[in-house]
Amino acid sequence: MKRVFLAIGMLALGACRSKDPASGSSGPEAERKLVLTGSSTIAPLASEIAKRFEAKHPGVRVDIQTGGSARGISDALAGLADIGMASRELNPDEAANGLTAIPIAKDGIGLIVHRDNALLGLTRQQLVSVYTGQVTNWRQVGGKDARLTVVNKAEGRATLELFLHFTGLKSTDIQASVVIGDNAQGIKTVAGNPDAIGYVSIGTAEHDASLGTPIRLISVDGVAASLATVGDGTFPMSRALNLVVKGQPNGLARDFIEYSRSAEVHDLVKAEFFVPLGPTGT
Amino acid sequence: MPHPGRDRALLWTLRLFAVSSVAIVLLVVAFVSGESAPALAEVGPVRFFSDPSWHPASGFFNMVPMLAGTVLVSAGALLLAAPLGVLSAIFLQFYAPPALRSYWRNLIGLLAGIPSVVYGFWGLVSLVPLINRLHPPGQSLLAGILVLALMVLPTIALLSDAALESVPAHYLRSAAALGLSRWGTVSGVVLPAARGGILTGVALAAARAVGETMAVLMVCGNVVRMPEGLFDPVRTLTANIALEMAYAGSAHRSALFVSGLALLAIVALGAGFSEAARRKVVANG
Repeated sequence: MKRVFLAIGMLALGACRSKDPASGSSGPEAERKLVLTGSSTIAPLASEIAKRFEAKHPGVRVDIQTGGSARGISDALAGLADIGMASRELNPDEAANGLTAIPIAKDGIGLIVHRDNALLGLTRQQLVSVYTGQVTNWRQVGGKDARLTVVNKAEGRATLELFLHFTGLKSTDIQASVVIGDNAQGIKTVAGNPDAIGYVSIGTAEHDASLGTPIRLISVDGVAASLATVGDGTFPMSRALNLVVKGQPNGLARDFIEYSRSAEVHDLVKAEFFVPLGPTGT
Repeated sequence: MPHPGRDRALLWTLRLFAVSSVAIVLLVVAFVSGESAPALAEVGPVRFFSDPSWHPASGFFNMVPMLAGTVLVSAGALLLAAPLGVLSAIFLQFYAPPALRSYWRNLIGLLAGIPSVVYGFWGLVSLVPLINRLHPPGQSLLAGILVLALMVLPTIALLSDAALESVPAHYLRSAAALGLSRWGTVSGVVLPAARGGILTGVALAAARAVGETMAVLMVCGNVVRMPEGLFDPVRTLTANIALEMAYAGSAHRSALFVSGLALLAIVALGAGFSEAARRKVVANG
């Protein structure tokens, strides 16, 4: 009887032991380990690339954890991760700290409205008016007579940061009707509300629209929102998906980054609804 | 005492488990307090109530609209679910045909077993567009109240059912002997005798309502603003943590733990009040 309780106690103790912190690739064991942390936008792509990378390099394990671009950058800086994932550019402070961002793919952020909304597009100025609450009716921006539902992203998301960067707004300026978390929630919100406008990853929106979700991407400053315009660089709200390292990458990290940028993973990039890098690597 | 040794082992095992279940609560409180300490020290407790807005990335930390959101959504849900749940229990115990009883009970049990994300998804794709037609944007305090009411209804209904069931049979026989009508028995004898149990059910439902995250996150709109009506969006403390935690930097993260601490305080207050009310009711009953 006592032995049973002892066993239960041991089990409980074992469960309480916290996981090993990201230990980096410097371990002396035979198994080499690469730790990536950061953007939840990049993580699914990175884990697909990692599977293929592991298959080609026996004995290598790639560990991927999400937590947002901010975490990816700070982990790369602090050495907690070998590679950080950031779905935005580095700001000057971060670059000055010796971090290097290396793009592996591109993503665009597009404005979506309900399929029944006939509006073709907005200019940057109109977008600013809509998101600051100066415009509250679709009629004021050339649409039908209906009250606007402005869908915004929660604080801290890289999508929000890119949107703020493009519009020149501060997050305190935005007057939203609904605040959402991830792209899927944004698409469902707009699909269920004929008068809503939101912004989500273009690849995801294109894919969902092609499956029959009643949403439509509209143009920004006259440029159609599509993976094609993101790819040729004409669409204004686009971002690079970056791998971030401290200093210059070396060893296993360099191999992984080079592999992620190679044409061998373009099918994976497209499967995650992103745009592969061009032949020049930009 | 044929086996004093075994009894002693059992006693100490029970003590160990009792202590550890209390210790878990204390550890949670200690952890959340520890994590929120940097924000409380740096920002100061006052600014969580006096800042102009909640924009942690820009250094504004006003939590009041979210405290109000949590309290309003939960109170609204209880106001709807409590009468419905108690009436369902009364129907089940005193009015339902015996053949219907077990089906009814199983159906309510099923309602309790549906995962909250399913309620949230249903709310987002069916309820929110309906409310949107009445008054845009649809994601609102009202949507949160309706979805939460549906979620806590089974807790209240099942616990009230159990409370009514446990009213001693001789009370019912005495009421019958006095010639009381069925409703007279229910309202004059059974409900007063079962008040303590019903209150416990409502308290458990309240705890679930305050702590619910996924469903309210999907239907409430999550705008941090004091709601002026049922059709305005609200953000609850739980939704705030779920929305922002994964993306929060260090100061922001600590501020989110402060909202967790506030949540703990609300639950503790609620539990205290309901225990006091229950004691008073039992003492008077």
